Amino acid sequence: MFIGAIGCEPLQLRRIHLENSRSLTVYRQNGGYEAIQQVLSSRSPDDVINEVKKSALRGRGGAGFPTGMKWSFVPKDSPKPKYVVCNADESEPGTFKDRYLMERDPHMLIEGILIAAYALGAKINYIYTRGEYKYLIDIMDQALNEARTAGYLGDRILGSNFSCEIHTHTGAGAYICGEETALLSSLEGMRGHPKMKPPFPAVSGLYACPTVVNNVETLTAVPDIMKMGGEAYQKLGTEKSGGTKLWSVSGHVNRPGVYELPMGYDDMEKFIFEDCQGISNGKKLKAVIPGGSSVYIMRADQITGRDVRMDYEGLVAAGSMVGSGGFIVMDETVDVFESTKNLTEFYKHESCGWCTPCREGTDWLVKVFKRISNGGGRPEDAQLMLDLCDNIEGKSFCPLGDAAAWPIQSAIKRFPEDFKKHLAVNGNS
Amino acid sequence: MSTQLTNIQPRSQPVDIGDEVATFSPEVEAEVDRHIAKYPVRRSAILPLMFIVQRERGYLDAPGVAYLARRLSLRITDIWEVATFYSMLHMKPIGKYHIQICKTLSCKIMGEGKITEHVCNRLGINPGETTPDGKFTVSLVECLGSCGTAPMFQINFDYHENLTTERVDQILDSLP
Repeated sequence: MFIGAIGCEPLQLRRIHLENSRSLTVYRQNGGYEAIQQVLSSRSPDDVINEVKKSALRGRGGAGFPTGMKWSFVPKDSPKPKYVVCNADESEPGTFKDRYLMERDPHMLIEGILIAAYALGAKINYIYTRGEYKYLIDIMDQALNEARTAGYLGDRILGSNFSCEIHTHTGAGAYICGEETALLSSLEGMRGHPKMKPPFPAVSGLYACPTVVNNVETLTAVPDIMKMGGEAYQKLGTEKSGGTKLWSVSGHVNRPGVYELPMGYDDMEKFIFEDCQGISNGKKLKAVIPGGSSVYIMRADQITGRDVRMDYEGLVAAGSMVGSGGFIVMDETVDVFESTKNLTEFYKHESCGWCTPCREGTDWLVKVFKRISNGGGRPEDAQLMLDLCDNIEGKSFCPLGDAAAWPIQSAIKRFPEDFKKHLAVNGNS
Repeated sequence: MSTQLTNIQPRSQPVDIGDEVATFSPEVEAEVDRHIAKYPVRRSAILPLMFIVQRERGYLDAPGVAYLARRLSLRITDIWEVATFYSMLHMKPIGKYHIQICKTLSCKIMGEGKITEHVCNRLGINPGETTPDGKFTVSLVECLGSCGTAPMFQINFDYHENLTTERVDQILDSLP
């Protein structure tokens, strides 16, 4: 599997191929912990937040919310303790970038959390990692111990007045815990149910205290932003999407992997056919899900010859989203009815059951898919599924409902022939 | 007049939890204490502690659940409430080796079906079942974050990626 940068100097991935890249020594030899040193000696917390705002860094977990703005929502005068929680519950189908960041460069994440904690005044911080990634929790624990011994964690870090601790925490197999309020419920020791927003976590999060939840890739970008300056980081990408982005490429390409691209990379067709070395087994491209399973599926003709720019605005214009950057490529042998059924089963399994539209809606959708698969398709089923989606989208408690509806809506609209084939079985007989 | 509904049976019977509380070695107790110390609120340690009990006792059995309730100052029902939410927590015994085959899209289109068929044929069980000797349990699970190295499965906590049927045989043969 390929791991590397295309179209830019590797930034997040620049230490990933070094021998012992996960050790403190190698991290320090390659510019590690310089940013936190500089921040502690010469920058105020507001300064740090402003720098991140200038960087146009947007949340890499999927929603793409501007990180600096999220940080600025934390009330400075609150007497309550504040928390930074790293979201390492990477479970969006098609996404596997955070795994390699933590496996190969854990200190970069620690430094990112330290800078965020300094900016927000947080003393205790958690890394919430999905339960299946137990080996990463072990790697992080080891890196945290190294950092503690070297004086980067604990009381009065590097001789400053700043004291801070970071702990790992394990999930136990629930996709919904990637949603930030559900993650906090889980971290509080409850079932992973989402909570009502507002109040947003920045005001009332973990233990009802001000909390910032950021994805691994978001936090690992922070040390470089402080070192090179927000403006320079932004300029690596576009005006509204600063910096570089990791894309997890899977499916029918000759070279799957984790690709670091500058935001605004031109264009998606070149990315698939040159950088990822084209479609495997000499087949033709049929469809791409560019940002993890929750985003709209794209037809090949929405990509080829269209100069699709790979950033937040470019992908919306092309009819999809950046999401988490889980880039799933499908060749002509894939039946989009089947692939959509597979994802709907995923959402049904992962619906937390808290709200009716999502719990019942995803269940009914799977029932309809199964009936069609078993030869009981009816021509009106496409409309039935769209109606079910309509009763979920925008009407469920958290975004999981939307995420379940969007793949189906886009698949029916963009690949009607794949659905018709199954629906006509009964109608024509 | 209407018949009064008097004979409604609960769908599940109350669990007989018994009086036994699990005990662990001082090392394990120390590990439990280390986790509890990480959080300002004791209850937050529930998931890490459940994994410890599961590791030590195979699954979350009644004495293990009673132990968790005691250590976390919670009710038995609080423990069940959380345990039933998460797919990695087991309320029933499972095999020594839990083979979790990823069935989500990227693995699906890269040949998950062949791997599942091969594993099930070899072990003579269906997904969701355990071999009679209690050695293997096979489950089909949702995305494990290994899409670029599909198809894959996880045995207990170990990732096995880029699987072929030959590779599956090698892996299963190597398990004591």
